Amino acid sequence: MFAYIIRRLLAAVLLLAIVSLATFAIFFLVPRFAGATSADLAARYVGKTADQEQLEAMAEKLGFNDPIYVQYGRFVKGIFFGADYSTGPTVEHCPAPCFGYSFITQNPVWPDLIDRLGVTLSLAAGAAIIWLIVGVAVGVLSALRKGSFFDRAAMGIALAGVSLPIFFTGLLALSLFAYNLHIFPPGGSYTPIGENPARWAYDLILPWTTLAFLYAAGYARLTRAGMLETMNEDYVRTARAKGLPERTVVVKHGLRSALTPILTIFGLDLGLLLGGAILTESTFSLPGIGKYAVDAVVNNDLPKVLGVVMLGAFFIVLANLIVDILYAVVDPRVRLA
Amino acid sequence: MSGLTVTAEGRPSPRTPSSFLEVRDLRVAFRTDDGLVKAVDGLTFSLERGRTLGIVGESGSGKSVTSLSIMGLHHRGGSVKMTGEIWLDGQELVSAPADEVRKLRGRKQAMIFQDPLSSMHPFYTVGAQIVEAYRVHHDVSTKEARQRAVDMLARAGIPQATTRVDDYPHQFSGGMRQRAMIAMALVNNPDLLIADEPTTALDVTVQAQILDLIRDLQEEFGSAVIIITHDLGVVAEVADDILVMYGGRAVEYDTAENIFTKPEHPYTWGLMASMPRLDREVKDRLRPIAGTPPSLINVPPGCPFHPRCPYEGRNGIPCRTVVPLLPTDGSPGVACHIPSPERRQLFREEVVPTL
Repeated sequence: MFAYIIRRLLAAVLLLAIVSLATFAIFFLVPRFAGATSADLAARYVGKTADQEQLEAMAEKLGFNDPIYVQYGRFVKGIFFGADYSTGPTVEHCPAPCFGYSFITQNPVWPDLIDRLGVTLSLAAGAAIIWLIVGVAVGVLSALRKGSFFDRAAMGIALAGVSLPIFFTGLLALSLFAYNLHIFPPGGSYTPIGENPARWAYDLILPWTTLAFLYAAGYARLTRAGMLETMNEDYVRTARAKGLPERTVVVKHGLRSALTPILTIFGLDLGLLLGGAILTESTFSLPGIGKYAVDAVVNNDLPKVLGVVMLGAFFIVLANLIVDILYAVVDPRVRLA
Repeated sequence: MSGLTVTAEGRPSPRTPSSFLEVRDLRVAFRTDDGLVKAVDGLTFSLERGRTLGIVGESGSGKSVTSLSIMGLHHRGGSVKMTGEIWLDGQELVSAPADEVRKLRGRKQAMIFQDPLSSMHPFYTVGAQIVEAYRVHHDVSTKEARQRAVDMLARAGIPQATTRVDDYPHQFSGGMRQRAMIAMALVNNPDLLIADEPTTALDVTVQAQILDLIRDLQEEFGSAVIIITHDLGVVAEVADDILVMYGGRAVEYDTAENIFTKPEHPYTWGLMASMPRLDREVKDRLRPIAGTPPSLINVPPGCPFHPRCPYEGRNGIPCRTVVPLLPTDGSPGVACHIPSPERRQLFREEVVPTL
């Protein structure tokens, strides 16, 4: 088990290194293949008024004329140890992890990201709890009553759930519950949990339910399919043959097996969302990572994009690592592999 | 012999069964999109404690459906229609509430399945699964139950049971898994043990050990055993009585000795002829029964075996129209229209030389 965890951990670190390499390559190497010069790269960092000479000087200062591996080394060093930028008279230290400064706001990227992480975390965690509970419960009930009215209705709604995009259901929910019925706050409302937990939850109910609806629908379908399969397994028949109450048979023997694939997908989904729930945050104007990423892309704000990509990759790799370890806890056969 | 003579000698009243297990006119049908599948169609037999009944037949003859009925493992209502009576130790199971049967299951009647790997939950240790089986029916601490599990595993012939109890099923070999399944089935001292093809998925070398184990444990616990198999070699080894099933009905029911020395049903002859034998010339081919098992949705009219029977219509017997039946009181018999003396003669003169 220990060796298994170490192996997964090493794999995760390796994966992050590869992601950083790929990200770096996309932003600094690929443009060169497309014929961009060092000056063209530097142009992204300076105002439009700069002339060719200034660009050349800037490129030199940013190190774009160095060999590519030196540049990559500098990028990695910035993430781990911070970087120093000379702004002429003074040298500004950008503390680790340093992804540079936003072109627009001149703020260092990392502290901004951390600020916004709270919003995304609140959104993703709350929604995840709702969709897991609702999705799995509906899936199990549907499977146990296959073909019943409940099953048909639930699967019909689930089909709608997976098909309707957030910017439709979200806007619908906002228009109905916020702007017409005035039960929930309008878009853009967010209160940090440290300030007022009740208000925090109240502000997030609409985004949570909207996001959870989408995922719960998928999870219900997955759980139903998984349960239909495991409830026909021989070991479920054995559990019944022991005289176990049906509840125990369903939960301990059937659901336990059906949940393992759900676990995998859950890890991926949560990791992905932590890197920014782009549509939900945009629809509800929540100042989270996703919104930050959209703004960064729209404004061509390279350091911000880099930061978001690396943070997102980090979460996905982390979520995968946790899922891998949990998998071994859940399924003893994995430990041998 | 005793299991059959007791029932044959008659019972006080039709409502009170005299045997430990009595199945009377059991009918199980499944509603499917293609029609009604009559998996078991009027089955009657009985079994005493300490005795072993072998149920033999091809795939789809209704063997497993019968055993699942006794276990009460068919989904009630819905697509399953079950009629008749199953009396287990004085209690009727077909009409009993599902929860009553559930409480008997695992305690009064237990079952061993064909494939021990898929029959054990891969995520729980062997010990945990036995403990669970014990604790459903006994209000004991986990520690006591665990000790019981270790004892049962040791009894079932698992070496180093104290440590192997914490292994997962995938860490056991096939034979050990089936031993663990037997330990699990016997943990509550059931009065009736049903073994559904217990050796089919196992190595030939392990098969005999498992059969020995079942027989030893049966002697020790005095339970009644039903062994379901398509392998005549298995029943020859362990069964006292044999019930041959075809198309959801019993076609021959007698003691093992009689079935093996003087079988009377053409289907039983066919089963015997299709069994490989070491003392036969290698150049001789096996004689499989011609044709395929009948569809249980459209069972052939009359004798269900008539399309495959070499003696069909012999001397004008009504094979295609009249269903031959066993005695309804559960005594030994042969469901065949050929008169008994003629059957014996046929077996002696035409079948024995080919075996």
